[in-house]
Amino acid sequence: MALRIGCAAEPGRAQNNKTGSWRVFMPVVDMEKCTLCGTCILICPETSVSEKDGNILFDLDFCKGCGVCARECPGDAITMIQEEK
Amino acid sequence: MLQIMEGSHAVAEAAKLCRPEVVSAYPITPQTHIVERLAEMVADGELDAEYMCVESELSALSVCLGASATGSRVYSATSSQGLMLMAEVVFNVAGMRQPIVMSIVNRALGAPLSIWNDQQDSISLRDSGWFQLYGEDVQEMTDQHFIAYKAAEQHDVLLPGFVCFDGFILSHTYEPVDIPTQEEIDAFLPPYVPYNKLDAKAPLSMGMYATPDYYMEFRYETDQAMKRAGDAISAAGREFGEMFGRDYSAHTESYRMDDADVAFVALGSICGTVKDAIDEMRADGIKAGLVKIRTFRPFPAEEIAQALAGVPKVAVLEKNISVGSAMKGAVGPEVKDAVTGTGIDVYSYVIGLGGRDIRKKDIRAVAALAEKGVGNMFYGLRTEVL
Amino acid sequence: MTAAELIATAAFKSGVYSQAFPAFGVERRGAPVQAFVRFSDEKVRLRSQIYEPDYIVVQDSSLIADVDVFSGLKEGGIALVNTENDSVEGVPDGVRLITIDATSLALEILGLPITNTTLMGAFAAATGEIELEALEEALRERFSGSLAEKNVAAARCAYELVREEQ
Repeated sequence: MALRIGCAAEPGRAQNNKTGSWRVFMPVVDMEKCTLCGTCILICPETSVSEKDGNILFDLDFCKGCGVCARECPGDAITMIQEEK
Repeated sequence: MLQIMEGSHAVAEAAKLCRPEVVSAYPITPQTHIVERLAEMVADGELDAEYMCVESELSALSVCLGASATGSRVYSATSSQGLMLMAEVVFNVAGMRQPIVMSIVNRALGAPLSIWNDQQDSISLRDSGWFQLYGEDVQEMTDQHFIAYKAAEQHDVLLPGFVCFDGFILSHTYEPVDIPTQEEIDAFLPPYVPYNKLDAKAPLSMGMYATPDYYMEFRYETDQAMKRAGDAISAAGREFGEMFGRDYSAHTESYRMDDADVAFVALGSICGTVKDAIDEMRADGIKAGLVKIRTFRPFPAEEIAQALAGVPKVAVLEKNISVGSAMKGAVGPEVKDAVTGTGIDVYSYVIGLGGRDIRKKDIRAVAALAEKGVGNMFYGLRTEVL
Repeated sequence: MTAAELIATAAFKSGVYSQAFPAFGVERRGAPVQAFVRFSDEKVRLRSQIYEPDYIVVQDSSLIADVDVFSGLKEGGIALVNTENDSVEGVPDGVRLITIDATSLALEILGLPITNTTLMGAFAAATGEIELEALEEALRERFSGSLAEKNVAAARCAYELVREEQ
């Protein structure tokens, strides 16, 4: 990368940085316990959690496995499991 | 046309003639008259600019940085504590290479609180990446605003600049000054063409973070740009001279330096008093001269070395104190460095801090100290209160 | 400071170079302040305060009791004092004293006890350093409409009074 005057850069770089590759543990949700309260969606630092048709989905391209969702889930519905790659 | 005017009002006129699109500032003594006048001009429709009122100097310069990043020509002015509150943004403006011009109405820094003049405020930010010009009288400081914009906005420069002048001593003095017309300034200073800008249609981020792999290179680029700023200031000063008859192509001005046995080096309004003192000394057979520094950043080391060549003793008059440094003043070491290896003795004299009046007899006393080889000291301390 | 600006402006309009500045500090109308003026055929470069003036104008004679207002006044210089009395204490030897009741005059003509313009008229007459016409021009620039004319009238009146005394 060559320097650009004013430390300027094009936007959208974060999308190119697929933080999913950093992951060691991955989140798994137990929908029996999940109340769809949305805490995990709000607090995910990578905005990689979403809800669709009553299910919680993790975007594994960007989930870096930090575990904040599991720690903050009020119903303890999320567990982090070691991922086999 | 020559007219008599308060220094602050002359600067406000100069700022107006440069057609800034955004002005943001926070009032502080002794800068106040400038921004009051500009606010009036905007309110009266004399100046077509956004005057953004803010709650602090930190916000003022932040507004200026954002406005400049959108491609606008931007003006601000401050003094002393105000500049210190801006300090974080001062560095950011330089790093983001935004060619903002800001008047620094030089004032001492607290504590103790002082509203009076010295140059500690701007000198303290000499490493920020803003070029720094210093004016000796109302005419010079007025003209330096036009030159500052012209130099700053060159695409091989793109650095911000301070135009510094002594608070009260110049800002509050009435004296004759020639204010160019709008047509003349329009011919000298074309509209600002940004190199890049924030635009919703072509998104861009500015001031991105740099890892250790890149940070040093950014600082290097800023330093290289500062070097080119010197040439751009010189070129703009020459062109200004051709158009208006007042030439500022040199970063320094030599006064009666031929055959001088002792030379003063100084910045700002003190130079007028020094010139009068030199005339007196010359009449009494003391061969004294002055090298006035107009551009302190970038530091014109070569020009200073040439001007001082062959002078045995040099007295740097410092309206600042670099607390704990060997020479006391911040300018002295750079002058000394410029003449290193020549055998010239350079001494710093901290003088006139916090508005202490400087008289011709003080200048003569400093020359006597330099000739005796006594220096790197405070001059004129009231030992009875120590 | 207004008075100093007016002298400098009038001197400039009389064709000389001039410089006016306050003893920097707290500036509020009516508070005790000092201001300085230099004029010269050549450009004025000196920036220090004035320690040995040729002329001193005292706008409020009550200051004389507290402050050595005549300090440094050159021999042969002029002290112009706003007072209703004919004599003033502390005037150094060899100095010409000129008194004028500028406050009464200002009250009469301007309706306000602001003595800048009356004293400037007196200064022009006492020293001959600035022309009355230049002072009038400076006043018309500074003030507008009937206020300008009132100030011009006050300056003229003081000018004539001092001229008659001399």
